Amino acid sequence: MREEDPTATVTWLRSLLRLVSESTRDLAPIVLVIALFQLIVLRQPFPDLGTALVGLALVLLGLALFVRGLDLGLFPLGESMAHAFARKGSLGWLLAFSFALGAGTTVAEPALMAIAKEASEAAAQAGAIVDTDAAREHYALGLRLTVALAVGVGIVVGVWRILSGWPIHLMIAGGYLFVVILTAFAPEEIIGIAYDSGGITTSTITVPLVTALGVGLASSVEGRNPVSDGFGLIAFASLTPMIFVMLYGMLI
Amino acid sequence: MPSVVDILQILGETVRAVLPIASVLIVFQLFVLRGTLPNAKRLLLGFTFVLAGLVLFLMGLELAVFPVGKTMAAQLTAPEFLGADAEGSLAAAAPWTFVWVYAFAFAIGFSTTIAEPALIAVALKAEQLSAGAINAWGLRIAVALGVAIGVSLGAFRIVIGVPLHYFIMGGYVVVVVQTLFAPKLIVPLAYDSGGVTTSTVTVPLVAALGLGLAESLPGRSPLIDGFGLIAFASLFPIITVMAYAQASEWRAVRNRSRSARSGTERNG
Repeated sequence: MREEDPTATVTWLRSLLRLVSESTRDLAPIVLVIALFQLIVLRQPFPDLGTALVGLALVLLGLALFVRGLDLGLFPLGESMAHAFARKGSLGWLLAFSFALGAGTTVAEPALMAIAKEASEAAAQAGAIVDTDAAREHYALGLRLTVALAVGVGIVVGVWRILSGWPIHLMIAGGYLFVVILTAFAPEEIIGIAYDSGGITTSTITVPLVTALGVGLASSVEGRNPVSDGFGLIAFASLTPMIFVMLYGMLI
Repeated sequence: MPSVVDILQILGETVRAVLPIASVLIVFQLFVLRGTLPNAKRLLLGFTFVLAGLVLFLMGLELAVFPVGKTMAAQLTAPEFLGADAEGSLAAAAPWTFVWVYAFAFAIGFSTTIAEPALIAVALKAEQLSAGAINAWGLRIAVALGVAIGVSLGAFRIVIGVPLHYFIMGGYVVVVVQTLFAPKLIVPLAYDSGGVTTSTVTVPLVAALGLGLAESLPGRSPLIDGFGLIAFASLFPIITVMAYAQASEWRAVRNRSRSARSGTERNG
């Protein structure tokens, strides 16, 4: 065992080096765009170059670690849990797990908190709610809970689709149609927020986990293809918040 | 330079965002599945990597990308840069005054999406599962192009002031029509790519651009018109990913028929 250690370390280092170089490729466009616009269009000197370089190094290292961690932790975990649920054969628990995963991860989502706060200000300005701190906080919390409920329901519907084999395009097209109909009746100031809330809800940690869940389920249910059936959960989780938030705007 | 307080704050935020997920996983694993996890040590190591990676990534963005990106969004949408008249009024500005804003929207949409960790994760999985039939890099470029088109079109919408839902409904119609023709394998993945694209990197920068634009235009409310860019950024990747799949399929069919033809020629 002792003799193998150096080679193992070298392999490990080499794989980390490859990941860092891949992250460099991933980040190059951002650096290029900012440099180009800063120097040529705006003609401003680069502010604080040293800090920016340190930051960039952190981003590179962070991205490399994240991708390595996905393969080691999040993907296997999501898939092994999906297999375990399939083996257990309890539909109720699987759907409860799906709901908890969707709703639980969304309530704490930082991007959603920021948007909910801005949305409450928009609503106060438009006169939909009273312009006091308490009313705004109440509205923002209501919005966050609505979106969380919606994401939970979305994942449940998506999991149900994987199990039942219903065609995804009909379900999504039906959902869009519902969004279009609701838009006609929803108050104007909620529409932009509702449309945006679909995209914000699924965070960087939720996406890999939910993807692994779908793929794991599709590969353990007979007659399902991991590619054409395993994906699609995120799609439902981005659709339902639009519907729920518009309903919330109509009820408030 | 970041102070210890900044680092702790980012760490705290990340942990708070991860805590609910971790507790859901642990509760179900212990009480419902009642199983032990295989390779628990490896999983823990992976989770630590993901967490540490995300913290470093966010810290770096906070230092290097967000301040510059936000300042640039503000500068590009400032009335002085856009050539406002002496009173600083932009009332008579034509939509093409903002051509640099659209260009910036396109460029920043594309480049931030390429670096989006969630998209990298999904693209890796798709390539792995399809045994290489779906190329991870091609998929990411298709999604990034979609976000780029979406964000620049969204900026154009803020300038001309047409209601958001006309554009979104038009986009839905395109998606539904494309679904009828696209290869069946790609459809769920394409639908997913809409929601995947907009998380850590893209949202703050795109939101800053929308807010800045709505602020500098007369008659636009930043709170009402500033929203909606994310919606564009989540809709257009669906379209470009299906288009990419269709293009690859056509190319494959053409190559096959060409090689079949050259094969018969050689035989004959």
